[in-house]
Amino acid sequence: MSKKKAPLSTWTRRDVLKASAASTAIAGAPMFFSRHAYGADFLNNPGDGKTVTLGFNVPQSGAYADEGADELRAYQLAVEHLNGEGDGGMMNTMQPSALKGNGILGKKVEYVTGDTQTKSDAARASAKRMIEKDGVVMVTGGSSSGVAIAVQNLCQETGIIFMAGLTHSNDTTGKDKKANGFRHFFNGYMSGAALGPVLEKAYGKDRRTYHLTADYTWGWTQEQSIIASTENIGWTTEQKVMTPVGAGDFSQYIAPILNSDADTLVLNHYGKDMINSLTQSIQFGLRDKQKNGKDFQIIVPLYSRLMAQGAGENVKGIYGSTNWHWSLQDEGSKAFVKSFGAKYGNPPSQAAHTCYVQTLLYADAAERAGTFEPCQIVSALEGHKFDGTGNGPTEYRAEDHQCFKDVLVVKGKDNPSSQFDLLEVVEVTPRAQVEYAPDHEMFAGGDLGSCNNGA
Amino acid sequence: MDAILVQILNGLDKGAAYALIALGLTLVFGTLGVVNFAHGAIFMIGAFCAVTLNRLLTLSTKVRDESITLFEAFKEVPILTTKFPTIGPIIVDYSVPLAILVAIPIMWGLGLLMERGLIRHFYKRPHADQILVTFGLAIIIQEIVKHYYGANPIPQAAPAAFSGSLNIGALFGLGDNIVYPWWRLIYLSFSLFIISAVFAFLQFTTFGMVVRAGMQDREMVGMLGINIERRFSLVFGLAAVVAGLAGVMYTPILPPDYHMGMDFLVLSFVVVVVGGMGSLGGAVAAGFLLGILQSFASMTQVKAIIPGIDQIIIYLVAVVVLLVLPRGLLGRKGVMED
Repeated sequence: MSKKKAPLSTWTRRDVLKASAASTAIAGAPMFFSRHAYGADFLNNPGDGKTVTLGFNVPQSGAYADEGADELRAYQLAVEHLNGEGDGGMMNTMQPSALKGNGILGKKVEYVTGDTQTKSDAARASAKRMIEKDGVVMVTGGSSSGVAIAVQNLCQETGIIFMAGLTHSNDTTGKDKKANGFRHFFNGYMSGAALGPVLEKAYGKDRRTYHLTADYTWGWTQEQSIIASTENIGWTTEQKVMTPVGAGDFSQYIAPILNSDADTLVLNHYGKDMINSLTQSIQFGLRDKQKNGKDFQIIVPLYSRLMAQGAGENVKGIYGSTNWHWSLQDEGSKAFVKSFGAKYGNPPSQAAHTCYVQTLLYADAAERAGTFEPCQIVSALEGHKFDGTGNGPTEYRAEDHQCFKDVLVVKGKDNPSSQFDLLEVVEVTPRAQVEYAPDHEMFAGGDLGSCNNGA
Repeated sequence: MDAILVQILNGLDKGAAYALIALGLTLVFGTLGVVNFAHGAIFMIGAFCAVTLNRLLTLSTKVRDESITLFEAFKEVPILTTKFPTIGPIIVDYSVPLAILVAIPIMWGLGLLMERGLIRHFYKRPHADQILVTFGLAIIIQEIVKHYYGANPIPQAAPAAFSGSLNIGALFGLGDNIVYPWWRLIYLSFSLFIISAVFAFLQFTTFGMVVRAGMQDREMVGMLGINIERRFSLVFGLAAVVAGLAGVMYTPILPPDYHMGMDFLVLSFVVVVVGGMGSLGGAVAAGFLLGILQSFASMTQVKAIIPGIDQIIIYLVAVVVLLVLPRGLLGRKGVMED
């Protein structure tokens, strides 16, 4: 007893404090260093199970429901291909690829779906259910930047990988970027950078723009990007007007354009809003007008084939940009269109394309990492360079988890040869022209933080 | 000045839609005492009558699309325009006005079916029950439409002859900037015609006189040996026709989707309350008033002074009107008052 008591009796209070600090550091250090290295347990680890579950969180109701339906078709096709069914689609063209067609890491891929309703709260609730009840290892989906940012935050907090679907706001990989989130889709800045030179060539250096903008994160950043780009070519900005999302009737916002000095209308609207605002602008005779000695023009910076289908004849001759188009002739696009078309009878939309590619990229990262552990997947995706997925050589930039690749400038086709042939690719803008520094002012203010394994 | 004139036209146009829906709501409330939350869905069904007729007229045969080589795609070749190359395209072009003829019997039948099949069982139940059942019905109708027609808006074209715009300024020597789409002018005229027809019907026919008497004192009319229940059922049908026609004619202005009824319903209820519960004239006046105010509030100059005013103007006016005139603009004493 005395032997045990003796050393203690010589300790001062300071010694005890030092010792406890040191032991805390020693005890904590191995965990800190090994947490990532040894693949300690992580949230929803499928363990020895024969299956792994992915969560497809898409708008199945609300304004973007048809877009969501196309996303879901793409996800189902991706699962089919990952499990070795069908013709394999882009799995045959993606390079490099660790995919084997036997699921992911030998586990059969299963999936659950959720309805985001194009509302952030509903999307979060649906993703939460997938994570907590269905045990998904990855959540993917979108069709609205508001939704994507909300779900990305949730995935970061809980420790699940989020592979963003269609989200075009600069903020998704800008001020709201997160370590567990990855975006393959392009963004507002890239649309502006790609469109600028084409617009200059088509409409000259002297134009006055009037912006109608959807009043949420995507609209704000797209407007900012397009203004920067058009002012760079000498255009001036006459007016910026925010419109509520889902306004339906835009006539009260369109009528004042007639009385302004603007000769170009920029519609920073998407989905149903774009279809309505474009249709109504044309009903008000904007495209028949002459302003400042020039033909009045309308620009829709973010286009999709589904929207073009909705707007019908009105899209003819109108410029915009898109992430991908089914008419591209590279091997990856052809393989995907063939596979999707054979299964569903129509070509995929850009939303379907980005969702399909994101699923393959996640699976490939897991194969390369040899685990479903989120931090290992983050490491596998950061800086990953790949090709054969329809956009030419592409890189997942490590600094912000944004994919960098070529961007398409498109125009509503005057004489469509088929019901799907609504947009023509005017220019493939090279990656270098749409690239920006990670700390660019339009993307500043955010922090990726560190990845979260959730356990 | 030009901008103000165009915004007045815009307001009248928007107000015309609100007024037509609110008129039907008020008719149903004034006669049957039911707060019908499914009325917006009836407006939406009217719009889909136009969509359906257009689809029927453009029924197609599927022909292999040779321009697509990567997979087996099919294009649709309309049967009507192929078989009748002269008259076929004209009929398709005028599908929206033609839909009026189709919508009248459909909406009439649907109105009677809704009233006889469901709503009459709730006459003596509290307003909360009526709201729940009609709101539930609206959601069911919406989901059915979404199931068959999808969630995306389906554009309907106005006849080519009316697809452009009228330079009203040039017509009256006021400059080139007062331009207004033809179809919106037609919609405004059509609405004024329907509103006048409903008022004339209620004012100058025996049926209308009985209905008005029933709105004043239902029991007394019943005691006089008139089957007021039957008359009121027909009024429900009439309200459905009015809302349905408003929906049909609105399709070239706003591509219809399954949710359009709900978008209009909330505003129309505000219109009814501002106009005065049970007052037909009040509903029409409030519809136009709120439409015009909403248009003015969206002007850049106004928004520069009070940002976001365009989003709240209708509700702000409703609050002010109800504070100053608790029964609304033309509300009658005793309606919804215990």
